[in-house]
Amino acid sequence: MKLVDEFELGLDAPICITWELTYACNLACVHCLSSSGRRDPRELTTAEAKGVISQLQRMQVFYVNIGGGEPTVRRDFWELLDHAAEHGVGVKFSTNGSRIDAAAAARLAASDYVDVQVSIDGATAAVNDAVRGPGSFDTALGALERLAAAGFRKPKISVVVTRQNAGQLDDFKAIADRYGAQLRITRLRPSGRGADVWDEMHPTAEQQRSLYMWLLEHGDEVLTGDSFFHLSAYGEALPGLNLCGAGRVVCLIDPVGDVYACPFAIHDEFLAGNVREPRGFEGVWRDSELFTELRRPQSGGACESCGHYDACRGGCMAAKFFTGLPLDGPDPECALGHGEGLLAARGAEVAIPAPAVDHSRVKPSRLRNGTPERPPAKVCDENPLADFLTAEG
Amino acid sequence: MSAETLLDGRWRLHPQVALRPERFGALAYHYGTRRLSFLKSRRLLDVVEGLGAAPDPAAACRAAGVSDAELASYGRALATLAETGMIVPAEGAAEEVAA
Repeated sequence: MKLVDEFELGLDAPICITWELTYACNLACVHCLSSSGRRDPRELTTAEAKGVISQLQRMQVFYVNIGGGEPTVRRDFWELLDHAAEHGVGVKFSTNGSRIDAAAAARLAASDYVDVQVSIDGATAAVNDAVRGPGSFDTALGALERLAAAGFRKPKISVVVTRQNAGQLDDFKAIADRYGAQLRITRLRPSGRGADVWDEMHPTAEQQRSLYMWLLEHGDEVLTGDSFFHLSAYGEALPGLNLCGAGRVVCLIDPVGDVYACPFAIHDEFLAGNVREPRGFEGVWRDSELFTELRRPQSGGACESCGHYDACRGGCMAAKFFTGLPLDGPDPECALGHGEGLLAARGAEVAIPAPAVDHSRVKPSRLRNGTPERPPAKVCDENPLADFLTAEG
Repeated sequence: MSAETLLDGRWRLHPQVALRPERFGALAYHYGTRRLSFLKSRRLLDVVEGLGAAPDPAAACRAAGVSDAELASYGRALATLAETGMIVPAEGAAEEVAA
């Protein structure tokens, strides 16, 4: 049996887990897939989080991708990081860089078990800040500079590929090279607040094709979290595991302990259980009804007769779900264009599912493209430079 | 190192590598390089686990029941694990860790 087929039937423990430690965030990125902003009062306590780490150690989950929200705003963030390292659970955490001061950088450089991923979504301040907020580009680069100065080896720079930055892939690579970092690019999902901006931000078909060509050329130097496997239908398979690992080899633990099939599917439909249940995470992973179902052979539905089905496997479940498309049909960004037709044909009666939880401070989310992106909370909160934050070319 | 020849001398698993047995073989994770590899058969797992006790990889293969016909493909698998630092020469392991 091929490895991919093995993985589709699920493993006794996940290969890797995304663990959003908090919904609290000091930024308000327009495409935030977890709709983060405010802290959830039901957040896992330090003791509960340590309990999860013990279970992961027992299950031999080698590493977790920690995110949020901004995970470093949790008061016990460093304590949990140390605890994970002591228990053989490696950590890669995503950050906007705002809390990576010189002391934090030195501390990170001293640990073998921690990897850092700094997020930017534009290779220029204009493109980045339109998505992540004013000043966020400089903040991120400052963190990368301090990490480099402290001798941290090979941090990651994490980029969500959008219509606005798809032309900057070489520039992102140059930034990564400048800081001794490795570039990681991932797919924009219509999840969380991403649903509000997906129509204007997801790459065009032409950009997808260029992205695919770029990945064929640079695939071994950049990380992708295997998130572009739907593009394999263009021809050659991309490096990495080309499959949807949701509930089979990956899953998400959210800040309140809810376990979802994948980080891009925070919705009741994909909720398997909670780590606070008597048998904890292990019980949810092994026996939940949802994960058991996902590990059964799936039907390719409308895609099964397509000659490229083996390459793309119907694409991303979350992308279909949050654009209102059937799960057993093509991905909205199907390389052969089958998604576009379906999107256009969606009737007004098609209800787009809303995320299960929303911790946004202000709604709705809109790309900050020159107009004030949202009403200021108070008149005096308006950034006087907001009108000048226009996107470059 | 040629992928066609079997490695010489005594080898061992890198001390920062952990193995997790699976029905298809095993996952191997290197905490230092943060690299994840897949051992695609249970027998390869047996070979890798037996490396430390064997005088050379060929002996580890034989001890795990690898046939002569399969030896070349196991040799290639081990060469890949050596290139990515998952297994290291037993004598050199101490320097590897310090580096």
